[in-house]
Amino acid sequence: MNKKLLLSMHRKMLTIRLFEEKLNSLFLQGQIPGTLHLYNGQEACAVGVCENLNDKDWILSTHRPHGHAIAKGVSLQSMMAELFAKETGCCGGFGGSMHVGDINKGSVPAIAIVGGNIPIATGVALSFKMQKRKNVVCCFLGDGAINEGAFHEGVNMASIWGLPLIFVCENNLYGASTRIENMIGVEKLTDRLKGYGVKSFSVDGMDVTKVYTMINNLIKKIKFGQGPFFLECKTYRFVGHSRSDTNKYRQKSEEIFWKKKDPIIRIEKKLVKEKILDTLSIDKIHEEIKHELNQAVKFAKSSPHPKILNMKKYVYA
Amino acid sequence: MSMRNNKNSTQKMTIAESLRLTIQQEMERDKKVFCIGEDIGIKGGFGGAFTVTLGLSEQFGHERILDTPISETGIAGVAIGAALSGMRPIADVQYSDFLFCAMDQLVNQAAKLRFMSGGKLKVPMVMRAPGGATTRGSQHSQSLESYFLHVPGLKVVCPSTAYDAKGLLTAAIRDDSPVLFFEHKLLYGSKGNRAEKGSISPVGEVPLYDYTIPFGKAKIRKKGKDVTILGKLRSVYTALEASKILDQHTISCEVIDPRTIVPFDSKLLFNSVKKTGRLVIVDECTKTGGWAGEISALVQENIFKYLKKPVVRVTAPDTPVPFAPKLENFFIPQAKDVVKEVLKLF
Ligand SMILES: Cc1ncc(C[n+]2csc(CCOP(=O)(O)OP(=O)(O)O)c2C)c(N)n1
Ligand SMILES: [Mg+2]
Repeated sequence: MNKKLLLSMHRKMLTIRLFEEKLNSLFLQGQIPGTLHLYNGQEACAVGVCENLNDKDWILSTHRPHGHAIAKGVSLQSMMAELFAKETGCCGGFGGSMHVGDINKGSVPAIAIVGGNIPIATGVALSFKMQKRKNVVCCFLGDGAINEGAFHEGVNMASIWGLPLIFVCENNLYGASTRIENMIGVEKLTDRLKGYGVKSFSVDGMDVTKVYTMINNLIKKIKFGQGPFFLECKTYRFVGHSRSDTNKYRQKSEEIFWKKKDPIIRIEKKLVKEKILDTLSIDKIHEEIKHELNQAVKFAKSSPHPKILNMKKYVYA
Repeated sequence: MSMRNNKNSTQKMTIAESLRLTIQQEMERDKKVFCIGEDIGIKGGFGGAFTVTLGLSEQFGHERILDTPISETGIAGVAIGAALSGMRPIADVQYSDFLFCAMDQLVNQAAKLRFMSGGKLKVPMVMRAPGGATTRGSQHSQSLESYFLHVPGLKVVCPSTAYDAKGLLTAAIRDDSPVLFFEHKLLYGSKGNRAEKGSISPVGEVPLYDYTIPFGKAKIRKKGKDVTILGKLRSVYTALEASKILDQHTISCEVIDPRTIVPFDSKLLFNSVKKTGRLVIVDECTKTGGWAGEISALVQENIFKYLKKPVVRVTAPDTPVPFAPKLENFFIPQAKDVVKEVLKLF
């Protein structure tokens, strides 16, 4: 894997991590309204997928969308401003944490109804095919979403029409407090896909290079007219489900096991080992990103509130 | 664990606690009652999105506090099937917004099975649903009571106090028809890290003994003579707040809480409006096609000649719920909006 790619993926994952750390502290200080579903721990999934995509490839996201949006290139300023509920936010302050995205970057403002994004992704992929666009669609979903009816309908339709679509299932073992293994009647969640005639794969979602390579191969297959595909990324969220969750339903030992696989520490070790970076230059990258984030916070804070007048304007096109 | 034997005692509690006690007592009383929903009974978990079922799986086990996959169509449908065949399920969705995922089961099935079977079937189920805006954006903030008002076959309950929460939920569980039981996020009084910013959290004396509040019996929350203000769920408190301000303008408001909107206590409302000649309806549902409009029509059809002024609706505007707190405050009817409209009537 080339140096430039590794560096880019490292910077993106780190940006997501630091963005959310900043966000969380602002939230705890009461500066950010609403709720937060943090992506902490899962960064390799978003980055490994999106690094393969351009602005004309689309992603669909979930209630846990910050990482997906940043990986897809949505600007930090517009993300931060959205979380501060400002007019300059990527959704004008109308969406909030669970709906970030920027269609100019191919990041559809996220959908917070679990499974709700899945048939929509199928529709986007169908439209790409109808219009003979050469782009692909990646639909992020959690393990919990595979039990929604919308999942089954969306996946089946993608299958029968052979669409340019990859379902990226981030299996972090839990949907809120519920362990996925107790909620499916098959051994592995990928067993489900056989029933729909969709080829499925599993990958170590804590290793960005593996996710990247897997998606790269799947996109190649899609360009040859194959598809859709389903990719399970085995991962873990290091923090609570949402702002108020203290994870009492998880074993400490399980958390420790997964934290050892921290995808950012992993790539930093690799970069040092391959002599692409040394610890000093890594520190410098951390500082650069922190600076960028401070700028984003300044931008957000100094931005105007959205206007009540615009509420009516956005209801109908 | 149950305190049912303390026949006469009451205890101060929040709505969340009152609902929890009700479920506990009804499950102790009747083996047919069980709970079904997402994240309701997991050990170390949340006890549902707003703590109502917290601790109940320890007493009743996971067979009666039944955790489901994220499958709202399934939750509603399973509850209907169980209700048809002898059980009395209490189902829940974490946010009322997700009722839309279960709409076919609720509207085409639960509401119609009795009718279509020529009165042979019954569906004694409760569907609990937390509504109201709490800066979570368009898909986690809606007030949906008005949608279900339009579905013959469903009863719709809207408790605003801890006392009512218990009496109404008990009645809902024992009712032989499907009941949509709406709870307001800002009224729960959930504690600790589940506390909601901006909560009103009414705490009230709740009897520990068994009682029901019959459906279709409204409650006068404040007596008055110049104008009637009708509001449900949190809007009851908005109306009360407005009435305090209006006292200073020497306008005396009568505040009415319907407690259930299907069936609706039109008699009590009509008597009040006959007296005051003025009616303002406050509601967090959006305006067009909503509850406020329905009540307005009902009043003018029946007691038009008593009205001194046209009926006024103070509701959310016809938009989705916006995220930004500034916009959300504009979206949700506030006491000052009610005051402004009432003043125009004099
Ligand atoms: C239709 C619907 N049901 C329930 C919820 C509440 N909810 C939000 S996230 C979540 C868990 C989702 O689990 P998963 O899909 O595994 O994603 P993760 O949170 O692990 O990223 C639940 C139940 C929702 N947003 N939408
Ligand atoms: Mg999950």
